[in-house]
Amino acid sequence: MSHAPALDDERPTAAAPQKRRVSANQRKLNRAAYLFITPFFVIFVAMLIVPLGYAGYLSLFESRLIGGETFAGFANYVRALQDPDFLASIGRMALFFVVQVPIMLGLALFFALALDSGRARGSKGARLLIFMPYAVPAVVATLMWGYLYGPDFGPIAQIARSIGFGTPDFLSPENILGSMMNIVTWEFVGYNMIILYAALRAIPSELYEAAEIDGAGQFRTAWSVKIPAIRSAILLTVIFSIIGTFQLFNEPSLLNTIAPDAITNSFTPNYYAYNLAFINQELNYAAAIAFLLGLVIAIVSYVVQLNEQRRARKERSGA
Amino acid sequence: MRNAPRTALKLGSVAAAAALLLTACSSSDGGGSGASGDAITDEQREEALNTPTELTFWTWVPDIQNEVDLFEEAYPAISVTVENVGQGLEHYQKLRSALEAGQGAPDVAQIEYQYIPSFVLTESLLDLEPYGASDISGDYVEWAWNQVSPADQTWAVPQDVGPMGNLYREDILAEAGIDEAPATWDEYADAAQAVKDETGSYISNLGATQAGQMIGFFWQAGVKPFSYDGAETVGINVNSAEAKEVADYWTDLIQADLISTDVDFNDEWYQGLANGKYAGWLTAAWGPIFLQGTAESTSGLWRAAPLPQWSAGEAVSGNWGGSSDAVLATSENPIAAYELAKFINHDEESAFRLATEQFLFPPQLSVLEDPEFAGQQLEFYGGQEVNALFAEISETVDTDFEWLPFMDFVYSTYEETVGTVIAAKGDISAALDEWQTELTEYAEAQGFTVE
Repeated sequence: MSHAPALDDERPTAAAPQKRRVSANQRKLNRAAYLFITPFFVIFVAMLIVPLGYAGYLSLFESRLIGGETFAGFANYVRALQDPDFLASIGRMALFFVVQVPIMLGLALFFALALDSGRARGSKGARLLIFMPYAVPAVVATLMWGYLYGPDFGPIAQIARSIGFGTPDFLSPENILGSMMNIVTWEFVGYNMIILYAALRAIPSELYEAAEIDGAGQFRTAWSVKIPAIRSAILLTVIFSIIGTFQLFNEPSLLNTIAPDAITNSFTPNYYAYNLAFINQELNYAAAIAFLLGLVIAIVSYVVQLNEQRRARKERSGA
Repeated sequence: MRNAPRTALKLGSVAAAAALLLTACSSSDGGGSGASGDAITDEQREEALNTPTELTFWTWVPDIQNEVDLFEEAYPAISVTVENVGQGLEHYQKLRSALEAGQGAPDVAQIEYQYIPSFVLTESLLDLEPYGASDISGDYVEWAWNQVSPADQTWAVPQDVGPMGNLYREDILAEAGIDEAPATWDEYADAAQAVKDETGSYISNLGATQAGQMIGFFWQAGVKPFSYDGAETVGINVNSAEAKEVADYWTDLIQADLISTDVDFNDEWYQGLANGKYAGWLTAAWGPIFLQGTAESTSGLWRAAPLPQWSAGEAVSGNWGGSSDAVLATSENPIAAYELAKFINHDEESAFRLATEQFLFPPQLSVLEDPEFAGQQLEFYGGQEVNALFAEISETVDTDFEWLPFMDFVYSTYEETVGTVIAAKGDISAALDEWQTELTEYAEAQGFTVE
């Protein structure tokens, strides 16, 4: 950014006018800096802070089809915390997170290490192929999987039938969560792999040489050198996954067209907020739900990060 | 998704799709209802139609520009902008947002019959009585007019309707030893058994989450599940003894595996229609053309018949779908706006073209009786005059059927309660109780008096 060292060269001369010039310079630099970040702040305030404030304001009211709008204080929040549908949707996402995220990140890490090891043939092509699903819009991906899952004419069901197995029903209320996990995994393995792969490429090669001298093989190097070295990148993917999981919306809303019996209106918290607003016309309650969801995501993300920092500190002091 | 050939179809598919929008519309500030009561004189009408005016018309009917062009030819002073802002609920959401914002609402908008009350509730529609709506009331089938004019006011002009009938595969039924369409529901149940045993097909499919179809069956059976007085009182009666009779009929067939319960209007279902998984489809008057586009390969094998009856010798039907054109209370040119809504659905040429080019099933008596429309022999149905049949059926729809002012919630709750039970092949009657409870709780929470 700024080029401060240029000023240091002239330090020994008279101080007072110098100082003024420094600060004048500094002011100029500051002005430029503010100018550069202004567009970001304007959009940030207009598109995030203002709507957020408005949603917070809305969530404190109650409006009915008959009788109009009245101030309700925290009644909507009290209602949400007692709402079995909302709590169930949070629980469902927690389950989703516990099951799907480790699988997805495990796969992403495995692929990243495999590509990084240099042993894999055609790694450029493989990298592109693994990343490709992420380039497919979520809407298209869900429609595509919806077809693959189809009970009568979906290819999976047809193959299962032709070799004498029963027809697996991917779209039943019992299986839909697993089917959705599969879609999301398929969509995001490549994205997370790229983040981890990029972090792996940044590890200084001296470490590998040292490991080699110590007689470590590929696996030992991966376990003891590479993974610790990209810990912060892994944490980043975990945080992204937390946010992504609790905000799932596209998948349930699209699967709902082919499996409306399996996807309830409150299948995920975000989808619930949307349905409350636009179908039940309970905009105020929807705003409260959305706010609470934001709070849940913030808490979970914070706890994960805090744990990680504690562990890192422990390790440092232990080393 | 511009492949839907019919307006009314969207009722079916949209009601089934839950990703639906409707903006909260709580403040009843629709800009004041125009129920002034003073009839508009001929001079006022002349003046309005000769003053240069710009109108906006929101509709998702494909190619409706053709009919609008006719209107502009007839009244050169008026220019109309047609805007398609989305189909079904997306359209209503934008409409509500514009009304809420107090600007940007069109002069004329397409509204399906079951959503009219929700706009009446917010006083967003103009009463068309002073503009001469009652002069044309006799030109439509009676039940359709009752849909837009439940009491002393008229809220819209009917555009198309969906009286229900039975489309079936003649070849599959013949294979099962059935020569003609079952006349009663009892016969239909027997036929379902024969078709399943002999051919392996289901005689038809009950869309698991398709509220429109089930409500159509209720309508036929004389069930009155909803009522609304136009103000603050609603009647909710979806679990009456009569409704449960209908529900039990379907529960029995589904549990005997004679009727499938696939979700309708998706690819699996289209294929099921095309490849004989379903030997029939109990659908509305917009169904024949829709089916023709969906199951082309089976051309010539289908026939149309009235719905099976609850008592032998009766001829009663229900309705599923259809739209009207309403004038918004916020319109600054109400006279010209009404004339547009009227012209599109009343002018002989315009109404005829809607029926024959855009395949909207007409509620206008003049079109229904027109030999050029009624006499169309459709190859897909083995040369049958399907329009004539549905025109007859249209006369047999129970004239009195009301809706609640929050039908979007009604449909979505149906999906959650009844729909999941149908899909799981459970007891539909028990699900009706649950549906009733949910609807009643919601209505009370929203401040309605529930009768």
